[in-house]
Amino acid sequence: MNVDSPVTQGGGWLSQLRWNRRVRGRVVSFSAHFSMILLSLIFLIPMFWMLSTSLKSRAQTWLFPPEWIPNPVVWEHFPRIFEVAPVLLFFQNTMIIVFWNVLGQVFSTSLVAFGFARLRFPGRDVLFILLIATLMIPYQVTLIPTFILFKLFGWINTFLPLTVPAFTGSAFFIFLMRQYLMSLPFDLDDAARMDGCNTFQVLLFILLPLCIPPLVIVVVFTFIGVWNDFLGPLIYLNENTKYTIALGLNLLRGRNRTDYNVLMAASLLAVLPTLIVYFLAQNKLIGGIASVGLKG
Amino acid sequence: MSRQARREAIEGYICISPWLVGFVMFVAGPILASLLLSLTYWDIGSAPRWVGLQNYVEIFTNDGDFLQALKVTLTYAVVTLPLHLVLGLALSLLLNLRLRGMNFYRTLFYIPAVLPIVAVTMLWIWIFNPEFGVINHLLSLVGIEGPTWFHSPRWALPGLMLLGLWGVGGGAVIYLAGLQNIPPHLYEAAEIDGANIWRRFWRITLPLLTPTLFFQLVLNLIATFQVFTQSYIATQGGPLQATFFYMLYIYNKAFGTLRMGYGSALAWILTLIILAVTLLVFRSSPHWVYYEAERRKEDA
Repeated sequence: MNVDSPVTQGGGWLSQLRWNRRVRGRVVSFSAHFSMILLSLIFLIPMFWMLSTSLKSRAQTWLFPPEWIPNPVVWEHFPRIFEVAPVLLFFQNTMIIVFWNVLGQVFSTSLVAFGFARLRFPGRDVLFILLIATLMIPYQVTLIPTFILFKLFGWINTFLPLTVPAFTGSAFFIFLMRQYLMSLPFDLDDAARMDGCNTFQVLLFILLPLCIPPLVIVVVFTFIGVWNDFLGPLIYLNENTKYTIALGLNLLRGRNRTDYNVLMAASLLAVLPTLIVYFLAQNKLIGGIASVGLKG
Repeated sequence: MSRQARREAIEGYICISPWLVGFVMFVAGPILASLLLSLTYWDIGSAPRWVGLQNYVEIFTNDGDFLQALKVTLTYAVVTLPLHLVLGLALSLLLNLRLRGMNFYRTLFYIPAVLPIVAVTMLWIWIFNPEFGVINHLLSLVGIEGPTWFHSPRWALPGLMLLGLWGVGGGAVIYLAGLQNIPPHLYEAAEIDGANIWRRFWRITLPLLTPTLFFQLVLNLIATFQVFTQSYIATQGGPLQATFFYMLYIYNKAFGTLRMGYGSALAWILTLIILAVTLLVFRSSPHWVYYEAERRKEDA
């Protein structure tokens, strides 16, 4: 306090700087708010357009210039979705695939990341570099042989090609989880071992309860990724009754190419679960994406 | 090796065994298989026939579709990569301001990145509708007669580019993390030294953000070469192959006409292209990516 008073009294430049900052702060904050609201519109208008179309009457849909607010509000497009295609079945199929993927990823990610982070074995570091390298491999190069492999297994038109690979983990999640495990003190393991825990009990009872943040990311990313996947189901599922939501949407479009009311209503339903999961987890999620981004 | 160390090693291998199995079955094995497949003619129905380099020769000398697919994909990459980088960065700078409601904006801008691409594509097909779509309505407000977008060979690809740009918030969140990692005292010091906001951006923000930019560039690069769903749903590669993305071509060959060998050759060429470009980016990185740790080493 006494230290900076001579400066303030002497030159006054520091207080000048502070005052400048405050005025500029206000200008910046105003223009920032303004641009934020403008930008938000770019992100919101398409979403709003989806909602608005799903609630409009047919007559009001085919107008130019378009009308933004549904008047009257019409709900009939939502029940229509279920008449056009077995959408409930699509939801159910997608949920089953999502469930096994989440389970598989959580299991394999925890186990593999634990091995890389906490146990010593010959070749560990080389194998970990190999794991990172697989992040760079574009999926199209493995797509055709993997398809053939599953065909040999007789797994085409089952959910197995879409669920079983999850139990071998994904390099991205393993990397994320391993980085997190590395940051936990080894004293935890030692203390637990002294109390008689074996290696897997250390993982299950000591470390995993501390790994909730990265596990949330694994669960949410898996949910969103699998829910949104199109190419996988497109290649492996060829009967309507096996379709996922993503495929079902495309089917709906094939049947009613120009019925945008129904298409938008169905899109809205398809979007809703990911939106809910995203909002529930968004704080942890954005932090998690960030932590991975930094590691680059 | 002591008994304990051996035990730990065995447990280590058990732990990573799921990944090892996955690596062999779904990564290393298929890569090798795809290389071998690319040297055969195989339509699944009959046994594969060894044809040597014939697939590759045909692709490079007598395949207009290949050239078109390459052209579309490269055009898309060259236009959208810099746009995503610059707009994502600009957006993240805005999101980094200390402002009330910023968490809301962050959440909002990231949304398009988590939505199902199929639903997003449906939405944009409707938005781009030539006669009743929102975009052409907005254009008409400023006196521009909008194109027919996905129905026009000239505007279909730009339409898909715009669709992709809607997801720019995904990158912005990552840049934001990079921004928040820059020590604030650097800005304070620069401000006292009289550096204006522009100078601070060029001399502090940008250099310290280059590792993040580099990371994003590599990821975006790989993702750009894999664009598939948007074009499959919105345009099926048309009109007049204007949106005939490389991945669409691979899909058509392998799963449409069941030419597995030819499709594998196409996939390998694409992989080598991605690898080459990625390597180039890596090679260029010492010239423009700034790592704080290395700098400290030099100074010491």
